[in-house]
Order: sequence, then C-alpha cells, then structure tokens
Amino acid sequence: MITIKNIRKNFGKLKVLNDISLDLVAGNSYALIGPNGSGKTTLIKSILGLVIPGSGEIKVNGESIIRKWHYREKIGYMPQIGHFPDNMKIGQLFDMLKNIRKHPSGLDEEMYHAFHLDHVKEKRMHTLSGGTRQKVSAALAFLFNPPVLILDEPTAGLDPVSVELLKDKIQRERSAGKLILITSHIMSDLDDLASHMTYLYEGNIIYNDSIENLKAETGFDRLGKAVSKVISQHTTNLPS
Amino acid sequence: MLSTIGMFQLDSDTSKVVLSLLNILLIVIPLVGVVFTTIHFFNSYEFIEMMLAQPVNRRIIFLSEYIAVSFSLLIAFLAGVGLPMLYYGTNESALNLLLSGMILTLVFVSLAFLSSVLTRDKAKAIGIALLFWFYFVLIYDAFILWVVYSYSDYPLEKVTLTLISLNPVDLARILMILKLDVSALMGYTGAFYKEFFGSNSGFLFAVAMLVIWIIVPLVFALRIFKKKDL
Repeated sequence: MITIKNIRKNFGKLKVLNDISLDLVAGNSYALIGPNGSGKTTLIKSILGLVIPGSGEIKVNGESIIRKWHYREKIGYMPQIGHFPDNMKIGQLFDMLKNIRKHPSGLDEEMYHAFHLDHVKEKRMHTLSGGTRQKVSAALAFLFNPPVLILDEPTAGLDPVSVELLKDKIQRERSAGKLILITSHIMSDLDDLASHMTYLYEGNIIYNDSIENLKAETGFDRLGKAVSKVISQHTTNLPS
Repeated sequence: MLSTIGMFQLDSDTSKVVLSLLNILLIVIPLVGVVFTTIHFFNSYEFIEMMLAQPVNRRIIFLSEYIAVSFSLLIAFLAGVGLPMLYYGTNESALNLLLSGMILTLVFVSLAFLSSVLTRDKAKAIGIALLFWFYFVLIYDAFILWVVYSYSDYPLEKVTLTLISLNPVDLARILMILKLDVSALMGYTGAFYKEFFGSNSGFLFAVAMLVIWIIVPLVFALRIFKKKDL
C-alpha cells in the first residue's frame, strides 16, 4: 500500500535517511524502532509530505506523493507531541478538522467517547495536561476512519487504562485490514500490537521481518529480548 | 491610538497631525508588522505542522496564515489611527495616510513571512526581519542621501526616483508628503516629484510599486514554504 524506494535525506551534513526502501502492506502493523535520532520521525514525516526527501520516491496506492496532498485523506497521523492552538476549545478543534476533511463516509468517534473527551470539550487546549493532549491526538487520528494509521509513540504519557483502550482499538483496526505504522520504545506494547518489525539504525534499515520469524530466529519468546539479541548481532557486523 | 488622540488635541489642523503621525507611522508600522508576524509564525509552527498532516494544500495554509495576520494588523491599525481620525474629522490627506499605512503593513507582513520561511530558528528569523526593517527605514535613506550628495552636480531626478521605488517605506512617505503640500520644502527635486507623483498616473505608479512590494516577497516565501521541511 505504501512503497518507499531509495529515500535519502540529509539535514546539512548529517545523513538522516540513507537509501531506505520499504514496502508496507495493508493488514499488517509495522513496528518502527530504533535508537533516538535514528530517523524514525523523519521517515514518518517523509510519508506525510512534511519532509521532502532529497532523492527517492514514496508511493501511496501506486501514486507518487510528490506535490500531492489528496493522499493524506487516507492517513491518520498521531504525532509524538500534539500541538494545538492554545485558545481553541477541544470541541472547536474537532469541528474544524471535520470541516476541513469533509468526510463522506461515517466518522469514527469511538475514541472520542472512550477517552471522555466529550466531557471536556469546552476546555481550552492550553489548560490540558500532556496525557489529555495525547488522547486528543489519538482521537483525531482515528476520527476519519483512514486506511492508514501512523502513530508516533502513541502510548507515551497515557494512563494505564487509556493505554489499554488505545491498544484494543489499534488491534481492532488492524484486523479490519488497515495498515498501521507504530514507533515506540516500549517493547511490551509492540509485542501486542505489531506483526512486523523494522529496525532503523543511523538512517539504515538493518532488520525488517515479521515478528514470528524474529522470535523463531532468536529463540526468545519476548520481543524485547529478541530485539536486543538481533540488534547486537547486526550492529557488530556493521562496518564502523 | 493614544498618540493619535494626543496629537489631535495638540493641534487642530488635520494635515499637521497627519504629518506628525506620518513620521511615527513610517517607523512603527513596519516594526510592529515584522515583529508580530515572525513571532506569530513561529508560535503557530506546530499548528501549521499539524495542519499539513491533514489533506490540505500547502499554498492554502500559507495564504490563510498571511491573510489572518495581515487582517488582524490592519484592523489594529485602522482602530488605532482610523477611529480617532474619524472622530476629529478627516480630509484627503488623512485617508491617504490610512491607505499608505495599510499598504505598508501588508508589505512588511510579506517581508516578515519571507524571513520566517528562510530559517527554522525563531531568533534568526526575527533578526532577518528586523534587518529588513532597519535597512528600509534607516540604512537605505542614508544610502540615498549619500548618492544625492556625492553626485549633486548631476541631474538626479530619474535616478533617485528609481532608487526610491526600491524602498517601500520611501514610496509610502512620498505618497504622503506630496498630498500634504509641504513638498515645496524639498526644493527643485520636490517640485519634480510633485509633478510626477502628484499626478494621478504617478500616484498609481507608487501604489503599483507598493503592490509589487507586497506580492514579490510573498511569492518567494510561498515557493520556499512549499519545499520546506517542517
């Protein structure tokens, strides 16, 4: 569904993405992991068209995304840190986005209600706690029922109850055949959510396979252990 | 606004008030315009980023930002200067002042947007924007004075005319001064300008130049913004 071909991106002298190719298929959920500053967020932003790659090509449903913007209707994005206009009320924000996206097929307000955002819709954005902002971002990402969901550290800052609600929702969306791309540093979350793992290291993909294969390969049953084993193998092989 | 009321109380002649106001406005409007715009742009940076993740064209986002900022500044300017004028009585030169003030606001909002998209750093952007302001309000005038002084033996009307067209603040100033009938103070060159800018075609020329000053930085800024990484 999303094809990424030989993407390169430099910020000045720093090579952030170094010839990355990925094929993301609908119905799978991909865990994008890697150390801080390895290019995860840049990769996500390239897919969203926020960062324009130096070379290479990204296709969504077979169409190149360069200079396009309609394709973003198909993507629900939950940013790492949600920033909203300070003086806007939660209700106004939702109304505004509904207005912008003019979605013909039904809205998915499940998360909006599950997180009880309807009770606080008169609150202004700058009075919200970090966790509530995350809830707003999450509810917005799911609101338009998009076939692609990109979640940048979705569980960071959420309370345990909300984390479970969100994870349930992600799993249901995945079984409904959506493409999900998650970044996170919390392996136990990814264990429940992801079907594939992509490991980015200094702008290179050094591991990309399904999680079943990963576990079989390493002999560990827990994702965290399996990941650290496979990473230590691969990083020692890298020419430094 | 306070200064406008104050000046109207000091002096009952509208044109004199307009002239005093002009000197303040020509300095203050660009300054407020650039500072407010750059600060606004960087405060809404994350929001712009969020909007860009939505299916919206970049051009639409950028132009709506421009319209929003310039509208609020125009309203502030009109409320501050226009209302007292309305109260104390207007004449042609007062309306002229309002017009050139509004155009000048738009010009400097454009320039500030340009400086905002040129860099990621808020401090740098404000620095560039202030440099624009400093350049057009002070340095450029000094430069013109120097040119006029060093080549004072030559006929310089056309040259200075061209040079002045390259500075929006000077254009606005001349637009105003000539309507105020104080151009006689400027000697022969003033008379030449009076002949040029005082006519309708000259007035239109000055306004057209100012409109170009609005559009050109805006188009450049838009082009950069379309290719910018956020």
